[in-house]
Amino acid sequence: MKKNNENYFEMKIKALPENVPFVRSAIATFALPLGPTLDDIQDLKTAVSEAFTNAVEHAYPEKWGDCEVDINVSLDKLTNKISVVIGDHGVGIKNFDKAREPFFSTADNLEEHSGMGFTIMETFMDSLMLENNENKGVKLTMTKTIGNSKSCAQAERSC
Amino acid sequence: MKLKSRIYNGSLYVLLCGELDTCSAGYVREELDKVFGSGIFKQVIIDLSELQFMDSTGIGVLIGRYKKLKDREIPIFICNPSSQAEKIFKLSGLYELMPKIV
Repeated sequence: MKKNNENYFEMKIKALPENVPFVRSAIATFALPLGPTLDDIQDLKTAVSEAFTNAVEHAYPEKWGDCEVDINVSLDKLTNKISVVIGDHGVGIKNFDKAREPFFSTADNLEEHSGMGFTIMETFMDSLMLENNENKGVKLTMTKTIGNSKSCAQAERSC
Repeated sequence: MKLKSRIYNGSLYVLLCGELDTCSAGYVREELDKVFGSGIFKQVIIDLSELQFMDSTGIGVLIGRYKKLKDREIPIFICNPSSQAEKIFKLSGLYELMPKIV
């Protein structure tokens, strides 16, 4: 049972590159009632983009584009905190510790992958938690406390 | 996502407009390689004033282009990044490969 000071949404979406802009914009727009600054919105959009892109690019190497990602977003109006959970049902991360190191990527064409995804998520959000199950998928939970409400209108224009 | 380019005084100016992520990366990569393969220029200046969003996929695209131009001894410079792009560039150390110019 959800508390009254909470709001949330859940969605299931195909792991496709064309869904990345929609997912980050939808979550950023949902966060607007917390009165985010423009920086809050940009940080949130970037971290969400990294998380969903990971699922799109790495979770389903053999049946690319034919799988789903579960997304749960909740807002706590008392603490002004947003929580984003992005879970796939893919192959998981084989080298879990390495994956969190800056510049590490498992992608074949290394020159085209910066390996900065986890570093960006950790930097732009307040917390990042990963549950990794080989051949069952990755569940990533990120939280961020949203700041000052004066910049809400400015943030609205960037969603 | 859109790209505009022109050569002026031996410099190739590229303006990136829109959002650079995994959805648009393939197009941007192809277009940049096409532009880099035509015309004569001594340096590339990438203008980000109209780039509304970029994540680490953009860093990968830029590093890939840097490596290709490095073989031809052509440097890349970045100008007008947004505050968000600036944060990502600083975090990734990209400015060490392609310095920011004003």
